[in-house]
Amino acid sequence: MNDAARSPKLWLPLAALLAVAGASAVQAQAARDFINIVGSSTVYPFTTTVAEQFGRRGRFKTPKVESTGTGGGIKLFCNGIGAQHPDVVNASRRMKAAELKDCASKGVTEVVEVKVGFDGLTMGQSKKGKAFDLTRQQVYLAVAKQVPNPKNPSELIANPYQRWNQIDPKLPNLKIEVMGPPPTSGTRDSFHELYLEEGCKAFDWIKALEKADSRRFKNICHTIREDGAYIEAGENDNLIVQKLEANPDTVGIFGFSFLEENLDKLRGMKIEGVEPTFESIAEGEFPASRPLFIYAKKAHVGVIPGLQEFLNEYVSERAAGEEGYLTDRGLVPLPEAELARMRADVRNLKPFKL
Amino acid sequence: MNNTSDTAHNEAREPAVLSRSAAETQALVERSLRRRYRAEQRFQAYGMAAVLSGVVFVIFLFGTILLQGISVFQQSYVKLEIFYDPEVIDPTGERDPDVLVTANYQPLVRDALRERFPEVSGRRATRELYRILSSAASLDLQQRVVANPLLIGQRETRWVLVDDNVDMLLKGKVDRDAPEDARRLSDEQVAWIDELEAAGVLKLRFNRSFFSNGDSRDPEQAGVRGALTGSLLTLLITLLLSFPIGVGAAVYLEEFAPRNRLTDIIEVNINNLAAVPSIVFGLLGLAVFIGFFGMPRSAPLVGGLVLTLLTLPTIIIASRAALKAVPPSIREAALGMGASRLQMVGHHVLPLALPGMLTGAIIGMARALGESAPLLMIGMVAFIVDVPQGVMDPSTALPVQVFLWSDLPERGFVERTSGAIIVLLLFLLVMNATAVVLRNKFEKRW
Repeated sequence: MNDAARSPKLWLPLAALLAVAGASAVQAQAARDFINIVGSSTVYPFTTTVAEQFGRRGRFKTPKVESTGTGGGIKLFCNGIGAQHPDVVNASRRMKAAELKDCASKGVTEVVEVKVGFDGLTMGQSKKGKAFDLTRQQVYLAVAKQVPNPKNPSELIANPYQRWNQIDPKLPNLKIEVMGPPPTSGTRDSFHELYLEEGCKAFDWIKALEKADSRRFKNICHTIREDGAYIEAGENDNLIVQKLEANPDTVGIFGFSFLEENLDKLRGMKIEGVEPTFESIAEGEFPASRPLFIYAKKAHVGVIPGLQEFLNEYVSERAAGEEGYLTDRGLVPLPEAELARMRADVRNLKPFKL
Repeated sequence: MNNTSDTAHNEAREPAVLSRSAAETQALVERSLRRRYRAEQRFQAYGMAAVLSGVVFVIFLFGTILLQGISVFQQSYVKLEIFYDPEVIDPTGERDPDVLVTANYQPLVRDALRERFPEVSGRRATRELYRILSSAASLDLQQRVVANPLLIGQRETRWVLVDDNVDMLLKGKVDRDAPEDARRLSDEQVAWIDELEAAGVLKLRFNRSFFSNGDSRDPEQAGVRGALTGSLLTLLITLLLSFPIGVGAAVYLEEFAPRNRLTDIIEVNINNLAAVPSIVFGLLGLAVFIGFFGMPRSAPLVGGLVLTLLTLPTIIIASRAALKAVPPSIREAALGMGASRLQMVGHHVLPLALPGMLTGAIIGMARALGESAPLLMIGMVAFIVDVPQGVMDPSTALPVQVFLWSDLPERGFVERTSGAIIVLLLFLLVMNATAVVLRNKFEKRW
């Protein structure tokens, strides 16, 4: 305790530790024996399932899957070729042309696109509440900041609707309360695209804007009201599920897998008369479903052990097939023919072009 | 209370000095006394109310976590008689370790379950039956066979993992009476489960795998070992770096540095750094350690370095406070006896200040243990199955594990999330208890 030299002595092993760590850092970068995956938190539950099954097979190490969000993941992915950069990125939307260009400018020229399945974006309510169904136009009218004036549809006014039956007398006399994802979430992008844009297009003059003035179109369709009717419930879909239970008159927006896990508590609302079920999403009847992707670097195949095998596993019958283990997790599989095409793309490592 | 009222009576008995009558004075004093007593009682009541509401919040917090998470320490297993069929796991009979590792062991468990229900037939019904089993049920068999190939061809009774839906049913966390299509288990499956339970071969046992496994997408297989190890490694790096650097900086600033504009600026900056949001340190770590030095993502080493940046200000401030608390007489006496300043600090001041510094360090560590935001930036928010073996292996940390599990749709992960929080709280409790013990053991009072 009273040894004065105690803390100077601590420095020696410390310096040694740092040196060793530094040296092994370089080594670890030179050769990586596991697959490194980044990207969307929506695809995360599915990719991790494949990664674990793949690791259990025993031939290769279990891949590491980071949850960074689609945009952040693609940025990391496109940073370059080499063991310090990720091999695969999860995306809850298609890669944009700008992103692909960015990739190419940093040497990531050949990217393989794999569509792995669909995820339904569902609206649901507690089973304890009064059951009703919606159309996408009603959803738009309920949550948009500005809506067409009911008396003069070509004019925009601040959203006047406070109760559902003001939108349509057939809807119940309940306060409008919709719980959904915050703007940082990929799910919010999907909500804009699958619900609001479609709902907004029910008005002809707004639909015409899409081509004529796409910025104004987006401004009208994507701006969500801030007066408390739309509640940002955080990135966590489980939280939305719990809040719906506590407040049965509220409507929530969440991924289909959360609906499927909680069918004893929640009911999926029909959208334009179509119930969100596994079948209706697979058949493409349910209007709000989105494809999920993974992207892989061709240059890393053969360098990172197991990358080709991992991609094969992802599109195999036992994973992505109609009765594969991914369907147990709530992923809606691709139609047979498309899955076969994906398998061929993966086998040939067909580069992705837009 | 009694004391003060006695003095009040004494005062009242004194002869009136002022022109007021004695009775008037007494009334006046008593009024003022009553007012002051009331004020004190009110103040005490406010204090009590504050403590009480704090306690209620804490009880609520711990209560919900314990209520949801305590069941994680038990796990449903089914007792099956496994036949290690050489046809299935080692068809060539060569006992080649590669073949044994990659073989599919699930059929062994499935066949064992089929034996219990010979009446089940047809593809659909058998699939339903197999769904009672966890997809990780065979991992244990694989490990046993790889460790001991002599098992092949033998029979053995094992408790194997069942699916998380069955586990939730046994723990009463799903509504048995809900209509069939609103449940994850069919009526048929529930009947089988009841039958197994009645026979005493399906029951809740101590959940050892929660403490021995890394992450998994199957709730029944997921454990905190990987995250716990990751947290330990990260904290080790943090402690090794931040304690000596923090103490060194504090000693220099407090005992040696001249008081001038420069040291003032340093001091203000240290105090400011202590309040910087932790995500900023994550961004810094990403740019410097990963971007510039090229260290790998997701490594506890980088996590430790980032958390060092985060805890340094706390440790420096606490250490300086501890040094300030050492009475000047100690310094003067040492110098008076002819000690050099280094000897004065090294032999006398530092040993006396060390308990306070240790407490500060442990409080800093506790803060570092609970951080998840900066780890997000450096890639420690990840799905990692293998338990890390060293500071360069990819790993997560406990708070990150809590965050990741809370976001998964399976019902079983609700329980795991609370379970991981309980483990995190226990870890914190141990750390803080260590701080208290160290302080009590070494602290000197003047």
